[in-house]
Amino acid sequence: MLHTVNKSPLVNSSLEQCIEFLAKDEPILLYEDAVYAAQAGTRFEIKIQALLKTNPVYALQADLKARAVNNIINGVKIVDYNGFVDLVAEHKVQNWL
Amino acid sequence: MAEDAKKIMFVMQKPPHGSIYPYEGLEFILISGAYEQDISLVFLGDGVYNLKKDQDTSELGIKGFVKTYRTLEGYDIENIYVDQNSLKDRGLTQEDLIVDVKVKTAPEINSLMNEQHAIFPF
Repeated sequence: MLHTVNKSPLVNSSLEQCIEFLAKDEPILLYEDAVYAAQAGTRFEIKIQALLKTNPVYALQADLKARAVNNIINGVKIVDYNGFVDLVAEHKVQNWL
Repeated sequence: MAEDAKKIMFVMQKPPHGSIYPYEGLEFILISGAYEQDISLVFLGDGVYNLKKDQDTSELGIKGFVKTYRTLEGYDIENIYVDQNSLKDRGLTQEDLIVDVKVKTAPEINSLMNEQHAIFPF
C-alpha cells in the first residue's frame, strides 16, 4: 500500500500518524506541503532518517521546486508527476489528511 | 449484500465540527451503504471524537450530524473499527462511544486497509 501525505509535519500530525500505521516496506509519497519533511535540518529529520531504514520515501519534484526545498535528506527519492502516477497505479493508496 | 460487492473502507481522521470532512464522509458512507457494498469504517486520530457520546451542537447553531452514526446498523454497516491508541491518547474507552465498535491496533488496521478494493479518507 502507498501512503500519501500532503501537510507539513511541523504543524500537522498526519505524517506522524501515517508512520504509526505503516507496515514495513510500504512506500510513502510526500507532496504539497509535506515535502518540507524531506528538507535536511528540520526537527523532523530524525524521524525521516528512522523511516528510511524500513520504508522507501518519495517526494514530488514540482512541490520541492516550488518551495525551494533543495537540501534533501539522503535516501529520499525524488519523483516527477509520471513517477507519482506510476506509484499510484502500482499500489492501493491511503491518503493521510 | 450485493454478490459483486466491493470492499470499501472509510477512514475518518478529522474531528466532527471543525471542518466539513466528517459530515461529507458520513453522507458518502450512507449512500454507499444503500448500494449494498461491503463497507468498513475506521476512526483514528481525532476522528474518534466523531463517536463521542453527549455531543450538543445547539449553541453552535449547526445541525448535529453525529447521532446519524447510530443509523449505520440499519444500513448493515457493522464493521466499525477504532484505533486503540487514538482512544487511549484521548482518555476515551468504548463506553464513551455512541456505537458498538471493534478496537484494533495500528498493525491490525493496516491489514484491514490492505484487504480493501478502495479507501476513502475523511
